Amino acid sequence: MFYREAGQFKTSYSADQAIFPIRQDRLGLLLLGLVAVFAVPALANNYFLETIFVPFLVFAMAALGLNLLTGYCGQLSLGTGGFMACGAFFSFKLATAFPELHIVVVFLLAGLGTAGVGVLFGLPSLRIKGFYLAVATLAAQFFLVWMFNKFNWWTNYSPSGVISAPPREIIPGFFVTGNEASPAAKYVFLLIFVAVLALIAKNLVRSRTGRSWMAIRDMDIAAEIIGIRPLWAKLSAFAVSSFYIGISGALWAFVYTGSVEALAFQIDRSFQVLFMVIIGGLGSILGSFLGAAFIVLLPILLNNAPAALGIPLKVELISHLEFMIFGALIIFFLIVEPHGLARLWQIGKEKLRLWPFPY
Amino acid sequence: MKFKKFGLAAVGAAMLAGSLVLPGLAAAQEQFVPLLVYRTGPYAPNGIPIADGFNDYMQLINTRDGGINGIKYAWEECETQYNNDRGVECYERLKGNGPTGASVVNPYSTGITYALIDRATNDKVPVLSMGYGRADASDGRVFPYVFTMPITYWAGADVMVQYAKKESGGSLKGKKIALVYHDSAYGKEPIATLERLAKEEGYQFSTYPVAHPGLEQKATWLQIGRQLRPDWVFMWGWGVMNSTAIKEAAAVGFPMEKFIGIWWSGAEADVTPAGAAAKGYKSLNITGVGTSAPIFADIEKMHADGNGIADKANIGTVLYNRALVNAFLYTEAIRVAQGEFGVKSLTGEQVQWGMEHLNVTQAAIDKAGMTGLLSPVKITCADHEGGGSALVQQWDGAKWQAITDFISPNRDALRPAYEESAAQYAKEKGITPRSCS
Repeated sequence: MFYREAGQFKTSYSADQAIFPIRQDRLGLLLLGLVAVFAVPALANNYFLETIFVPFLVFAMAALGLNLLTGYCGQLSLGTGGFMACGAFFSFKLATAFPELHIVVVFLLAGLGTAGVGVLFGLPSLRIKGFYLAVATLAAQFFLVWMFNKFNWWTNYSPSGVISAPPREIIPGFFVTGNEASPAAKYVFLLIFVAVLALIAKNLVRSRTGRSWMAIRDMDIAAEIIGIRPLWAKLSAFAVSSFYIGISGALWAFVYTGSVEALAFQIDRSFQVLFMVIIGGLGSILGSFLGAAFIVLLPILLNNAPAALGIPLKVELISHLEFMIFGALIIFFLIVEPHGLARLWQIGKEKLRLWPFPY
Repeated sequence: MKFKKFGLAAVGAAMLAGSLVLPGLAAAQEQFVPLLVYRTGPYAPNGIPIADGFNDYMQLINTRDGGINGIKYAWEECETQYNNDRGVECYERLKGNGPTGASVVNPYSTGITYALIDRATNDKVPVLSMGYGRADASDGRVFPYVFTMPITYWAGADVMVQYAKKESGGSLKGKKIALVYHDSAYGKEPIATLERLAKEEGYQFSTYPVAHPGLEQKATWLQIGRQLRPDWVFMWGWGVMNSTAIKEAAAVGFPMEKFIGIWWSGAEADVTPAGAAAKGYKSLNITGVGTSAPIFADIEKMHADGNGIADKANIGTVLYNRALVNAFLYTEAIRVAQGEFGVKSLTGEQVQWGMEHLNVTQAAIDKAGMTGLLSPVKITCADHEGGGSALVQQWDGAKWQAITDFISPNRDALRPAYEESAAQYAKEKGITPRSCS
């Protein structure tokens, strides 16, 4: 009913290769985009914008980055927190050293710098695989956080080692970082920024590069035999993934919290992003968003639920309940669909396309 | 779009419920205080007495006095688990509650304080970071909405050095002092001050960072106890790091009398896990120790009447007392602000005015029954620290005993350091410091 494709003919190669070949999907996405850009900032209050949508978008970006590496190229990484820290501290140094640089340029440059670091720490992936690689990327995590904590140069010799985002405008008059930035401006900026990068990622994984990543993931020896260079494929995956993760770290420090210390990017952060990717769906762009939504939003929703329903509970009890329900839900989803929420959505869509005669 | 629809519906329902609940609260004249607490998570042993102290003081004001000049306190707790993101979420959740929004926010976490400085300044909600957070926020010209009263980490370091100097016979020349610190924003705060004092006093200063969470300190203490053999060890620790440090110090035979912790390394929960080893360990404290102040009689009575909120075992503990003093300070600020703006629900901006004109004299302390719990504090537009002081306390194996009077730090040297650091912050953030003359 919802997905009746009768009458939608593909008459050109480009139509056949479109990201969203079904018209209903395109319309739905357009509608979602319009709601997200216009209705959400107008209707949601600052609490929702600041503490729900902004961190969701920042984490979606990080999950997207890790998904490119782990989901598409099959390289398990635990260095996400360290790479996020790279992005945050690189952009802080750039923004304070060159105040005239536009903030988007700062973020992109910080992303490029992180890509370089990612390539460096990706080198061991040419020799070691699987869990052993995860342990090797752990070195990146600990080394990078230690480095930003240890050397005061990164924080402009702040006595406490905390960096604070300087105020910057996206276009004159519209601040996206610092005191004067309005939550709506931050949200819309993030939304567009993340949407554009997600679109690039989606096209990248459908390209020759993305296909070589998937070939490496599925069987690296076979990929090598058919002519894919593992060096190039693995390191490009590390570079692109770190680029995204670096930008998400920069967004975290500049747009979300506004001030950050290296300890905010501890190993827990890496695990958090890895869980997003696993729960959302390995090897799926949509999954990155769904996973980020699940991990970021659900605990806040659970924490708010008793008050919203008017049930008076003690805060510690709410907090314990939140952990229990959240944990149970993770197990539930992993049992029901080990391939993640994205796969669940895909199955649902297939069923709807065949409706009312699903098989 | 099943999932998105479900999510939107849930969010919508939450919003609807939220908007239905709010008007009911707005009816009465109340002063709303958001409480960012951590009753769960790794720091719960510290967080519970703090939260209990706040609850009891505000309950006492409401039940004994009928509020501040008749304006009752309303407050709501939000669990942060000592997690910065959650702290921000809690602040955003609660800041608009009550008839006039949050009057003051007490983060009780250096990380959350840092994350809230921008937001609270923007929302015009005063942040009272009592003995934590940014030391340079004492410069009220750059940080109009942040208050560090009664004392900062830098001043705490100064008090420690003063105490060590007195105990060492009036001079620290040629002595060795080691700092064991939590390797984070919090732990790094005293280093610059201790380095400066090393030059002035002529002691040899060395630092020992301890990685979070601080359970791994064997190597650190072997170096300290066997190699360096310092005359004094200072500690900036938090949570499980404190008791671990005490145990390891005892294991290498370092004398506890020469081991001084900052005020976050000196609660009951920090020493009891170390058992008998902790006997003789010292720490600073910004509030008085024990239950001898007259206010405790009122708290006893409130609990006897069945109105108490705290767990009775926490009454009179170090962190409970600290929360009492914290709540007392903002209560006095609200009184001052009521004198200016009238007796009604005050906004955060008005409470900030009250804080800047706060003058807690010894007479005011005695009147509130807080005798011995704190030293006088006077805040001005430029000085948000207010000239408070700290005392040294010692663990006797069963409870904390104050072993000195309140010691005043040497602020003539500290103030320029605050101003220099604040000026750098202002430059980075593009803030023009306001004029206070």
